[in-house]
Amino acid sequence: MKLKIITCIKQVPASSNVQVDPITGVLLRDGNNVKMNPYDLYGLETAFQMKERTGAIVSAITMGPPSATSVLKEALYMGADEAALITDRKFAGADVLATSYTISQMIRHMGEFDVVICGKQTTDGDTAQVGPEMAEFLGIPHIPYVKEIIEVNKDYLIVKSTYEQYEEIVQVKTPCLLTIEKGYNTPRLPSYLRKQQYRDYKIEMVTLKQFEDQDESHYGLNGSPTQVDEIFSPSKNHEVKHLVGSSEELAAKMIEILKESRFV
Amino acid sequence: MGYIKVNNEKVTKEVASELMDICPFNAFEYTDAYLSINASCRVCKLCVKKGPKGVCEFIDDSRPKIDKTIYRGIAVYIEQRNNKAHEVGFELLGKAQEIAKKTNEPVYAIVIAKDASKIVEQCLSYGVDEVFVYQDDAYEDFNVETYTNAVEHFYKKYQNNVILMGSTPQGRSFAPRIAARLRTGLTADCTMLDITEEGDLLQIRPAFGGNIMAKINTPNNRPQLATIRYKMFNKPDKVVPFGKVTYEETGNLSKESTIKMIEKIEKPKVNDISEAEVIIAVGRAFKKQKDLELIEPLRQKLNAQIACTRPLVENGWFDNRLQIGLSGRTVKPKLLINLGISGSVHFIEGMKESELIISVNQDPNTKLFDVSHYSIIGDIYEVIPKLNDLLKEIGVV
Repeated sequence: MKLKIITCIKQVPASSNVQVDPITGVLLRDGNNVKMNPYDLYGLETAFQMKERTGAIVSAITMGPPSATSVLKEALYMGADEAALITDRKFAGADVLATSYTISQMIRHMGEFDVVICGKQTTDGDTAQVGPEMAEFLGIPHIPYVKEIIEVNKDYLIVKSTYEQYEEIVQVKTPCLLTIEKGYNTPRLPSYLRKQQYRDYKIEMVTLKQFEDQDESHYGLNGSPTQVDEIFSPSKNHEVKHLVGSSEELAAKMIEILKESRFV
Repeated sequence: MGYIKVNNEKVTKEVASELMDICPFNAFEYTDAYLSINASCRVCKLCVKKGPKGVCEFIDDSRPKIDKTIYRGIAVYIEQRNNKAHEVGFELLGKAQEIAKKTNEPVYAIVIAKDASKIVEQCLSYGVDEVFVYQDDAYEDFNVETYTNAVEHFYKKYQNNVILMGSTPQGRSFAPRIAARLRTGLTADCTMLDITEEGDLLQIRPAFGGNIMAKINTPNNRPQLATIRYKMFNKPDKVVPFGKVTYEETGNLSKESTIKMIEKIEKPKVNDISEAEVIIAVGRAFKKQKDLELIEPLRQKLNAQIACTRPLVENGWFDNRLQIGLSGRTVKPKLLINLGISGSVHFIEGMKESELIISVNQDPNTKLFDVSHYSIIGDIYEVIPKLNDLLKEIGVV
């Protein structure tokens, strides 16, 4: 039996330069400029290396509008064997809980699996919560911040995780979920050959109709306990003294400030 | 709760393009003269508020409201390792006490450990009303499965209103597990917290990749869960203990786990920038790693700790433990000097509480200047050498 690995990836804005129009309060952002969440590249690479070690089958899934298929294509060209998109109007407005629940339903829909791999976090939400919440919904263990897969087989994995002040090596039974720390492998580039190979590949689109749980109140905005009340620009909280002048003057001013505040 | 309905009879090409411009999430799709909303919609309702009248409509299909008066108590999970509490837990007790005053709720501490005695004493000295202790040999190492069972037990028994946790690596792995188990919301990395009279927790955090703040609430689910970074809030003053201690029966809680600890490895200690009193932070304006030598005289004079922004960690110039910001450390030194940093919201949220902030940058419009006390508009490659000359002159190096 081949190991089955499911990787979860996400399309994110390419730039974090989001601004609020001070008059209308409308979010200004360049929405056409998107890319794969950089953290997910390390997750994909981890999956591909496990595939090379064990001959696993790697699937890539994402949730989003039809245009999000571009990250799935990228995953296929990098080395994924299959890809599917979770997309439905009914999933709109999902917060962490509803998103995690939706993806967990997708994974159940996909049948048996051994390992789910997520990036550590995304660059747009920055919460790092979806992976662990999905694991809970799937009733499987999760290991966060994995930097190394030490042993992999059908029954269990041995992995090393990195925390701020320490590292841990643990053995975890499959099926399980891993979130991958960035920077411990070098994600491969999409291959031209694979691009040719997958030219006619049809990415499966999965909607609520195919899920086991059909209760609409568990998805999208209805299934989201949190709601955004308000968005605003960070406040300026005190007076700022702007200093201009020649480099000599500025350096002298700086010494003066440091002396005044008794640091020098 | 609800969704946006588009009244297509009012949609023209112009209306469609106006709405597409308004929507920050690119959720509108206009094909064959039909305007539809795709899965990117976050139901922010901007199209209803700012768009042409009557085209977009918000359809409310809310669930029945919960009775919020049942849920009482602001609980803080006190993270520990080797029976020693992480300081962030005590900082959260301070914030919990502050917001609990508004709703007149008790403040609880939850401790899960092999030996909780010392932590219980500390919690009491910080003035909590009650400490709930899950003490068992099985809780020696943090285990996300067994610890989640304990917090689930706590919530089901006490039906409390809020659970706060530190957004440490452990907390960020643990909190989502609890949120999913209890089917409730969770807001990560809050930088501010407040509460309404009704007991709704207002969770404020940077959003949409960073440059704006979002105020989030959990209107119809309990408990309300949030994680908060270390060093965001102050520890409360010590008091003469008055709180109660309740040891929970742990015998019936499942200790089974599919995760087995094989080895624990301590990382070599680096100077922790969270604790530093004087910090010099460097940013992308430094072109080469060697140029960092420029700041050496100032560093020596101030006996400062060096810290950096995310790009310099990505360059490999610094260990990520020296990074300031929400994806690094939050710092609150007495003096922070920023050199060549423009200041993303993530950086700013990680340092804005510093007592004295001096920033040097050649761009007068840099965002970091807004939170600085002194903004020095100049090129670091020109100002710092002059500064070094002066430092030499006054004979300090």
